Parts: sequence; C-alpha cells; structure tokens
Amino acid sequence: MTRFAMVVDLRRCVGCQTCTAACKHANATPPGVQWRRVLDIESGEFPDVRRSFLPMACMHCDEPPCEEVCPTTATKKRSDGLVSIDYELCIGCANCVMACPYDARSIVHEAKFAYGDKPIASEAIRFDPDRINVSTKCTFCIDRIDLAHETGQIPGVDPDVTPACVNSCISGAMQFGDLDDPDSNVLRLLSETQHFRMHEELGTGPGVYYVWDRA
Amino acid sequence: MKIRRVTNSDRMMPRAQTNWDWRAAANFVFGGSGGGLLFFAALATLAGAGFIAPGVIGLALIATGLTCVWFEIGRPFRALNVYLHPSSSWMTREATVATVLFACGFASLWFQATALILLTGLLGLAFVYSQARILSTNKGIPAWRHRRCLPLVVSTGLTEGAGLLVVLLLWQSGVPIVPFALLLLALVVVRYLAWCAYLDGLSSDGAPAGSLAVLGAMRDRFLLFGHAAPALLIAIGLTGFASLAWAAAFAGVAVVATGWQLKYTLVRRAAFNQGLSLQHLPVRGAGAPGPALKPGWPGTPGQKV
Repeated sequence: MTRFAMVVDLRRCVGCQTCTAACKHANATPPGVQWRRVLDIESGEFPDVRRSFLPMACMHCDEPPCEEVCPTTATKKRSDGLVSIDYELCIGCANCVMACPYDARSIVHEAKFAYGDKPIASEAIRFDPDRINVSTKCTFCIDRIDLAHETGQIPGVDPDVTPACVNSCISGAMQFGDLDDPDSNVLRLLSETQHFRMHEELGTGPGVYYVWDRA
Repeated sequence: MKIRRVTNSDRMMPRAQTNWDWRAAANFVFGGSGGGLLFFAALATLAGAGFIAPGVIGLALIATGLTCVWFEIGRPFRALNVYLHPSSSWMTREATVATVLFACGFASLWFQATALILLTGLLGLAFVYSQARILSTNKGIPAWRHRRCLPLVVSTGLTEGAGLLVVLLLWQSGVPIVPFALLLLALVVVRYLAWCAYLDGLSSDGAPAGSLAVLGAMRDRFLLFGHAAPALLIAIGLTGFASLAWAAAFAGVAVVATGWQLKYTLVRRAAFNQGLSLQHLPVRGAGAPGPALKPGWPGTPGQKV
C-alpha cells in the first residue's frame, strides 16, 4: 500500500512564501486563490512575543469530510491517499467547502486575471474553463505523482514527481513521501521529531504532519 | 488615513462562510417549513382536515427552496449529478427524498388516497431530517456540526409546519382546533428546549466567538417572539378570552417567522468556520517551544494574535 503524506517542519519554515508562488506557478490558480499559502502568525504580548509560520493546504485526509458530503462523487480519496476532484462531475454546491475544517477549498465563479478582465499571454494559455464554478484545492500536484507510475521515479525523492511546493522550499521545511515505505524521508523525519496534525480531534486523519520539536 | 494592519494571521481566525448565501438559506427556510407542514397536514387528515391546500403549499415551499438553491450552485445544468452519492451524502439523500416526495405528493393530491397522503407526510418528515443532516455533517462549521444542532433544525421545521397548519385551518370548517393548538404549544416548548440546549452546548463544548455572538444576540428575541408570545396567545385562546382559531393562527405566524429567522441566521450569519490552530508553537533556534494557539475560540489560547 501507499499513503502519500507531507511533513512540514515548522522549526525550519521562514515564511518566504516561495511555496505559495511555486504552487501558483505550477497550478495556474487565479488571483485570490491560494491552494498553498503560508500564514504569518504573531502571538504573545510584549516583550514575550513570537512569530511563527504555518504552511496550509488541503490535508488529503484519511477520512475526508469533503468526500463524505459530496453529492456527486466528484471528490474522491484515492488508494494512495490523495484526495482528488473531478471537475466534470462537480456541480459547485460548496458542500465540501463547508465540510472542510482546514479552509482548503475555494470556488471561483468568474474568470479572474492578474491585470483586469483580459488575461496576459501566459494566463490565456493556461486558463482552464473547467475550473470555473467548481470546487478546487491543492492536489499534491497529482499529475506529477501519477507520472511516477510511468517513470519509476519516487515522489518526494525525485523532483519531477514531487509537489512543486516541496521542490521550491528553500529551507527544506517541507517533505513529501510515502508513509508506508519504511525507508521514506517522511517516516524517518516523523520518527525523529515531535509532531502533530491539525484538528485531529475531528477524526479526519490529516495527511499533513507539523513538526514542532525534536523527539 | 489609518489603516488597520492586516496580516495573514487573520486567516487563522474562524471566518463567516461566504459560499452559501440567501439562496442556500432559503432552501433550509422554506424546505423545513414545507416538510413540517406536509407531515402535520397528513396527520390532520385523520382528524378530518383537507389535504389539498396544505399539500400544495407544502410542496410549493419545498420547490421554492430547491429552486433557490439551484440558482446558487455553480453548475446548475449538471444538477442531476446530485443523485450520484447516496451512500454517504445527505445532499444526495435530500434530493432523492424530494424527488419521491414530489411524485407521491402530486399523486396524493390527485387521488386523495389516505395511504398516499400519509406517505407524503412521512417523506416531508424525511426531507426535514435530511436537511438537518446536511448541516450536521459539515465538519468545517462548528455551529452546525454540534450534536444539538440537528434536533434544533428538525424541531424548528416541525414547529413551523404545525404553525402553518393552524393558520390554514382558519379556512377549514369542521376541524377541531384544540388538538392542533395544543400540538403547536407542545412543539413550541420542544423547540425552546432544543434552542436552549443548543446554545448551552455550544458555549460549554466550544465554538467560534463569532457564532456565539451572533446566536447570543438573538437569544432573547427568539425566546420572546418565537416562544413566549405564541405560548401566551394559545393560552389566551384556550382559556376562552379570544378566538382560539385566530389566537393559534397568530401564534403560528410568529412561530414560522422566528423559525425562518433562526435558520437564516444559522446558515448565513452564525456559520463561522473552524479556523486554524497550532497545538504547539515550534522551537526556534535554541529556544523553547511555545504554547498552543487557537485564536477566535473563547477560553482557548491565542486570543491576542
């Protein structure tokens, strides 16, 4: 079996937003939509203040609440743990948006471009009308993962078959791999550190782990 | 000009959902009332009441709600895809129940057969329940997923149905009003208990501050106009100081109006999402890890972000 997951080392993240930009570049998301984003969090009171960074995206849950409520079966959890959306089936009812406790999904109702109503050349080439009026979210760069079946490469190890955000991370804070592979980088990192999964009490079984200290 | 500093940390806070607008709320507002009306109108036929007027109005209310939500979905011409996931989606089940309900409802209006009418009533009840389950299975909205939200939404749908029925009984002669007035009174009490239990549960189990503020703001108004006033009107009618039929009808109107306000508020204004949280702030360099952070939830760490 395969269970792809992401491990984010919060100790390493510097909030540079390179992953955010890489995601937008890789997936051509419209203005205002960020499948991957990094929250810049200031907490505490002077003089005991702290700044933290929290990369967020779809958690590709073990028990995706979005899949349960989807009336069309457009949202599906694959055997490798990735949660995908079939844009041809989705009716844009937004039930999955309400079901997701991670604020990971968005629906765009009209074409939006960086500079007004008309797309610039690169936007015109990459504009996908199938994504209008349907639910969209991070796919873990599913096309790259699927490419691994053809090339024999290993997601999380070989950049060609690894999510764009992970490839782009300048500090090595983001790791991707197969939790069921005993030699995977993600399993090794988890075994060496203390980590948590967000909103785990909701029973969603998120596929993104956050490292906060060494073991 | 002063500009409030906005950082990404604002996105950690629970935010009011913006994807379901008044059209989605209308589905719950009208659908709940329509389903409740069909249920009690079917039962009322056993006491000699007619089914045509309440049947038509109940079906029309449900149709209005579904039409509103059809205009809301992003791809309305794919709407038939809604039937594809009956194994777990309550939206699919709601649509399925609605389809059977309309078939059975029109047949019962045409043939006036008791069995068909009663089946239509049961399907109306199933429709109300399906709608309540749609809300309760949405884990992203704490005010909806709370276990006491489901009984509240079901009870208000049924109470509104009974309220509409007593209004419609004004135009029906020969039907005893007392049992229906007492039924409405009992449902008003049940809805009040469900409302109080829901608010108490949200407060004790935890919910976004925004949800608690919105629901708390309507607490007294809902109690006064949705429960105290209708109960008083029915009591006045039962003691003979006024026409019971008219008193119950006014109570019914109050119950319906406040129920609609409750559902609109629940779907549109009190629906704050979960927000984000950190169980631990990470170690930085040689420092120590920080405490948990869950802004926007009363009584949890990180209120001053």
